[in-house]
Amino acid sequence: MKSARFDYLLFAAGLLLLWQLIYWAVGAEVLSSPLDTIARAVELLRAPEFWVHARATTSAFAVASVISIAGGIVLGLWLGLRRFAGDVASPILGSLYSIPKITLYPLILLAFGLGVSAKIAFGVIHGIFPVAIFTMNAVRNVAPVYHRTAHVMRLSPVATAATIMAPAAFPEILAGIRVGIALTLLGTLIGELFASTSGVGFALVRAMGIHNVTDILALTLLIFIFAGSINVSLQIIERWMRHGR
Amino acid sequence: MDDRAATQISLRGVTKVFLGHEGHPDVHALGPIDLDVTRGEFFTVVGPSGCGKSTLLDLLSGMTAATAGTVTFDGKALSGTVPTGIGAVFQQDASFFWLNVFDNVAFGLRRRGAPRAEVEARVKKALAFMGLTGFAKAYPAQLSGGMRQRVCIARTLVLEPEVLLLDEPFGALDQQTRLLMGDELLRIWRETGATVVLITHALDEAAMLSDRVGVISARPGRFIDIVATGWPRTRDSRIVSDAKFGAITARLWEKLRGESIRSLEAAGIPTDNNK
Repeated sequence: MKSARFDYLLFAAGLLLLWQLIYWAVGAEVLSSPLDTIARAVELLRAPEFWVHARATTSAFAVASVISIAGGIVLGLWLGLRRFAGDVASPILGSLYSIPKITLYPLILLAFGLGVSAKIAFGVIHGIFPVAIFTMNAVRNVAPVYHRTAHVMRLSPVATAATIMAPAAFPEILAGIRVGIALTLLGTLIGELFASTSGVGFALVRAMGIHNVTDILALTLLIFIFAGSINVSLQIIERWMRHGR
Repeated sequence: MDDRAATQISLRGVTKVFLGHEGHPDVHALGPIDLDVTRGEFFTVVGPSGCGKSTLLDLLSGMTAATAGTVTFDGKALSGTVPTGIGAVFQQDASFFWLNVFDNVAFGLRRRGAPRAEVEARVKKALAFMGLTGFAKAYPAQLSGGMRQRVCIARTLVLEPEVLLLDEPFGALDQQTRLLMGDELLRIWRETGATVVLITHALDEAAMLSDRVGVISARPGRFIDIVATGWPRTRDSRIVSDAKFGAITARLWEKLRGESIRSLEAAGIPTDNNK
């Protein structure tokens, strides 16, 4: 465990070094130095205006995540438990998952208008499919021997679902939630880049417009830290739920 | 002996046919089979692969309904329902990875709503019985395959089944562990007084463990011989050096050899010895 932590530190230090080297190579026109960026990020965290944007993004992201997770799990459970529906839906879900959602953006704007609901909708169409696909596979992959065990223990279908199927499928569903949340954040931010008047994505576009390299990188760094910490916390929960399996 | 009938499970003219799907023909897996399993005996079923051994176990436990014929348990007919008093252990690892060893073993008792103190006492006893006392807090992933199978056996035994059905429970274990688990199984059988029905493809295991061995033919599976071993109740794996052990194994193989060849040929695998 200790050596793993050391490896992470080494990796982070390597990235910073690489960043600094590239900065020296390409110059301040294109990139700001790690030190300047971190300083600007700290400044942003102290500015009330940043928090207005951060709140706009996190509230849209939170709503989109809840919809993605709940919708994805319900869809995935339904398709996982019904073999035929799953066989039919599986390739459709796969292609919905892999098409570039940006092509749907005009449609989303027409349907939801400019504002928070378009952002949420854009987050949801990114996040819901991976959650559904992972959940469907999690349910389908529960070992048949568990079904036989439940049967011979004379468990009712409801008891089987609640006490065996759900915990057996849960770690994999959690992996789907992790991927789904990351993509929901991506979708929400993309939504803000294009047609929005608030949010971190909007702040990013504005910084791009005035070519403020330090701001661009500082905002990117903050998004990276935010997304990374969600991912790592979910990974820790997932590992714990697997009990070394 | 008690005053209940000596026959615990009885099969009369039992046949199982799996209906074909999407243009595949029906599969006549088993039967017709007649069999009486005596209360408290150790009965083993051997047969070539694909002969319907596991289907037989599903029928005996009531997990599957017979296509024709009747299965009776304690004199009552089964029809696709599992009666109380049946426990089963399978070849695949069925330990619950999200529960520690104690909670795995306690699972069935808690589902039945047993009081906490009773759960505690019975689980502790079952853990001690299966040599798992020091592992109560461990999770299955931290244990070897053999230990996980012990957890599954303990989880079944804690419910005090009258009949223990074992579907190749040591199939995934190495040979030494198998022999030792065989001894363990004989001890469980003696000390619990349960009826044991073991499904296996290992002839030595069948010859060493059983009171009677039923040999099943290639599909559709039927009993072609039932061999009574005549071993004393207090036996262990050392009987493999007994001259009778060799004779029993030889007799089983003699019956099974032709069936195994037929079974391979049915699967499209060529064999040289068609005699």
